[in-house]
Amino acid sequence: MTLAVVGYYEAWWIQILKAIVIFAVALQLVPVVLIAERKIMGRMQGRYGPNRVGPYGALQPLADILKLLTKEQFRPATSVGFLFAVAPLISILTAVAAFAIIPFGDVQHIFGERVGLYGVDVSIGPLYLFAFGAVAFYGIMLGGWSSGSKYSFLGAMRGAAQLISYEVSQGLALVGVIMTAQTLSLTGIVTAQKGMWYVVPQFVGFLIFLTASFAETNRAPFDLTEADAELVGGYNTEYGGGRFASYYFAEYLNVLVVSGIVTTVFLGGWLLPFGIHPPGWVDPFVVLFKMSLITFFFIWVRATLPRLRYDQLMSFGWKVLLPLATLNTLVTAILVVVTH
Amino acid sequence: MSDEIPEAETSAPAPTATATLPLTAWSPGEDVIEVQRPPAPGAARGAWRTFVETARGLKTTFGRIAEGPNTIQYPEEKVPVYPRFRGRHKLHRFEDTGLEKCVGCSLCAAACPADCIRVVAAENTPENRVSAGERYAAVYEINLSRCIFCGYCEVACPFDAITMGHDYELSDYDRTDLIFTKEMLLAEPLERTPLRNEGE
Repeated sequence: MTLAVVGYYEAWWIQILKAIVIFAVALQLVPVVLIAERKIMGRMQGRYGPNRVGPYGALQPLADILKLLTKEQFRPATSVGFLFAVAPLISILTAVAAFAIIPFGDVQHIFGERVGLYGVDVSIGPLYLFAFGAVAFYGIMLGGWSSGSKYSFLGAMRGAAQLISYEVSQGLALVGVIMTAQTLSLTGIVTAQKGMWYVVPQFVGFLIFLTASFAETNRAPFDLTEADAELVGGYNTEYGGGRFASYYFAEYLNVLVVSGIVTTVFLGGWLLPFGIHPPGWVDPFVVLFKMSLITFFFIWVRATLPRLRYDQLMSFGWKVLLPLATLNTLVTAILVVVTH
Repeated sequence: MSDEIPEAETSAPAPTATATLPLTAWSPGEDVIEVQRPPAPGAARGAWRTFVETARGLKTTFGRIAEGPNTIQYPEEKVPVYPRFRGRHKLHRFEDTGLEKCVGCSLCAAACPADCIRVVAAENTPENRVSAGERYAAVYEINLSRCIFCGYCEVACPFDAITMGHDYELSDYDRTDLIFTKEMLLAEPLERTPLRNEGE
């Protein structure tokens, strides 16, 4: 059974090696994002951010994670034990799985083999992403529901409505790109951007995708599933210790995944502007640099915008973003037909 | 609830009268202000305004990075205190003779609103001369866990024997350690707090 059609078959040991490398990279990036967020938000609020643990506070995420992992695992008496334990795993699993399709570079020749610098080049790239995005919602939904707490339940319900509402716009925003590139493969989309990055011709799509991504990753100003002020902690109110750390980890990994997708789809992936063609080993660093820019934007927006009201969130999603995304798709479709 | 209210305070048959009144009959009267709202912007203008205002907000937060943090890194950096800052007390000696200024009159203890000063006076003798006056404080204790740093002791002292210092780092692991004895108060204090200069 072939899960995904790729242009060639890599040796089994390369696939395993790639999986390990990508998983390790993803795991190492999350603490970096954690400390970066706290430092940058601190600077934006006129303070230093964490600067006590290690040089310039660099070991703060390590201390946080150690603290969380050494805590007792507990659950409320009203919770559904099995689902309560499984829900954070679903969140983290889908985030890591989505990370696998982000292309960090073109096919390279390593050890005499052709190796793609990505987990897997699926021929249905964006659909794979949305499939795991949809499953990720179960992590939040089940976690909130199985907690047996009203705050968690409300957060989960909001999360469900929000994710479904914004996934539509997010998907439609990508349809324009897919039509222009004539391929669903993410590496194909990147190579189709050789002449011009899609952020220019698909600027509206870029804005819609970015906005919807904030809602998809439950980040401010769309972090209504957490909404500390009104829901205590939202779907993760009853979570603590390692399970909470899993949710936390998944959230930041999702930010990275979304940054990677924006980089791939709109910012030309590993391509550099002005016809610069660096050697192949530079490609992952180009992608990581572009990802860090998008991640910085996520943090920047979190430090700037207040949380939306729930009805504002819904009316924005359905009345502004969805019509805009539909219009963008329509106009792109017409343009593609006319120019071909 | 209405049973607890004395008859004199409510206007005669109030409990029964208010109970029958429908709640919707309440009239706000003159106090209601009509809120003035600007006309709602159209879709395009509203979108433009949202975009511009968001960008303005982003510019503001980004500008804070250039400004740098305002935080004072407390244990390493300290806010300088004013000269008249009322910190931990100090007892003084005459600089020439080295005798204590305190004569054990207990006026500070009398003035203390928190009742945290304990003075036990004793007579000076030619062999054992401690203070410049007839008597001296054999025991002088300030319980700093009770002190409210009002400075009345300083004002009450006729010999300027006790003054308020600048030290405010007084936390300890044990309450009994916060009872400062005469020796501790007389000792030259560690200057742990920077003093604010004139005009600063």
